[in-house]
Amino acid sequence: MTSLRQRLIPYWLLGPGLLWLLFFFVIPMYFMFELSLKTGSLETGYQLTWNWSNYADSISEYSTQFGRAFYYAGAATVFSLLIGYPLAYAIAIKGGRWKNLMLFAVIAPFFTTYLIRTIAWKTILDDSSIVVDALKFLHIVPEDGRVLATSGAVIAGLTYNFLPFMVLPLYASLERLDLRLVEASKDLYANSRATFFKVTLPLTAPGIVAGTLLCFIPAAGDYVNSTFLGGTKQAMIGNVIQSKYLVINDYPVAAALSFTLLVLIMLLLMAYIKFAGTESLMGEEDEVK
Amino acid sequence: MKAWTWLKDHAVNIIAGLALFYMLAPIAVIAVFSFNDPVGRFNFEWVGFTLDAWKNPFGITELTDALITSIQLAAISSIGSTILGTLIAIALVRYNFFGRRAANFLIVIPLATPEVVIGASLLSMFLVYGAKLGFGTLVIAHIMFSISFVVIVVRSRLIGFDRSLEEAAADLGANAITTFRKITLPLLAPAVGAALMLSFALSIDDFVISNFNSGATVTFPLYIFGANQRGIPVEVNVIATMLFAVTVIAMAAVIIQQRRAEKMAEKRADDAGTTGMSMPI
Repeated sequence: MTSLRQRLIPYWLLGPGLLWLLFFFVIPMYFMFELSLKTGSLETGYQLTWNWSNYADSISEYSTQFGRAFYYAGAATVFSLLIGYPLAYAIAIKGGRWKNLMLFAVIAPFFTTYLIRTIAWKTILDDSSIVVDALKFLHIVPEDGRVLATSGAVIAGLTYNFLPFMVLPLYASLERLDLRLVEASKDLYANSRATFFKVTLPLTAPGIVAGTLLCFIPAAGDYVNSTFLGGTKQAMIGNVIQSKYLVINDYPVAAALSFTLLVLIMLLLMAYIKFAGTESLMGEEDEVK
Repeated sequence: MKAWTWLKDHAVNIIAGLALFYMLAPIAVIAVFSFNDPVGRFNFEWVGFTLDAWKNPFGITELTDALITSIQLAAISSIGSTILGTLIAIALVRYNFFGRRAANFLIVIPLATPEVVIGASLLSMFLVYGAKLGFGTLVIAHIMFSISFVVIVVRSRLIGFDRSLEEAAADLGANAITTFRKITLPLLAPAVGAALMLSFALSIDDFVISNFNSGATVTFPLYIFGANQRGIPVEVNVIATMLFAVTVIAMAAVIIQQRRAEKMAEKRADDAGTTGMSMPI
């Protein structure tokens, strides 16, 4: 029999932190939801009128920006996976004594400010840069074209900024990969392609799931890349929410858009978890040792 | 044909090399352009080499103030979130209790929420209460979004933790608090230190959530965002390069220190083995 005092210990430990999350994460979501159903303006104040049309109106008005956000984030996630998987594979399996240095290079971008890194891309893709000259020379970009203020620039920026979030979980699952299974597959006369698709890829699926989520979710809400690397035609839903809240002060519509984004992401997350299981998200172990 | 096989054998390494180049190129650009001597206000085109910005990187008052605000904010919020998060991690790994799954869920879900939504919802609440936006609301927000990261870092260390040392201390008559202070905390220190560094870095780098909840307070990222329209001064590149260098040096120092400690521990274990002692003292 454990005493009541002992049974309360975990709650004392959890209490302060979870209350912080309750007051400053969960309850604010409720306030945002309530705000989204109000009518009024900054001058007259806001009344709760259960104005559901805030949702219908704002979603139909900004469906382009929603679609663009999901398209850009999806493209960036696919590119991150295509670039990140070989990179994580090289680090985990072929890295040898370079492993730590390569891992360090993957997290190095975190040591410079996110905004400055994105602005560095603005420098790289600037109309007068060598990169753009090279792309023009190769006729990838037309002679009078530009790279900045295009969808490509925004997707490249998103891919760059969220690539480490893809590589790290992929690395973690490739590092745990039992290479004997790969050998066994080869002993049983599978060629390297079959071995990859039937052994390596399924065994590293948890890393792929975690990586895609960690890449897609922040990318879908991002407005930094589209602000710096895109033009008005590249505005994502994050840009609309930001300007409605902070520039135009149209709070109910801003809250409706933000809440819609949250719901869409949560639906996506739930579908993904159902498909892949929770463990893959943060490698949680439900048993206490 | 030979070249083709070579290319096929090394394809993974070639892609990995290009990927690393892609990840590091912007950092090089930032560093190189800290030596630029731009014409006009915009630092996007290479003009010529100068050390002007490096001679007096803290000459712009607004920029220096923003940097100091960011450092203060990161110091306070990283200490706060590390304490709260470490306690949660201990509870989750060490105890079985009713509501564990719910607690786990509450910790994961902020990580799966876009920053713009977190920022917007906090602002919505502050608006309703008429809270004055500023340093205080920034501290609240930064502690909030760092807690989950702290929990993950500390928890991963606790899971692979040798409980026998704590049991030994208890057997030798130490009470729970002494055991925690003398055994658990020192063993946990590397993870707590890593969590502290991570939450400091997250805080000093945060733009989106701060953008929503800063009021008139200007942090380093907010200064850069504001300066973007009128042209970002070269000094920003200098400070970014310095921050990068300092972080790299600090990390290298920590790694070297850890290696040395590991080697000493190994050596002690070897010595103990030869003299027939079962435990290094």
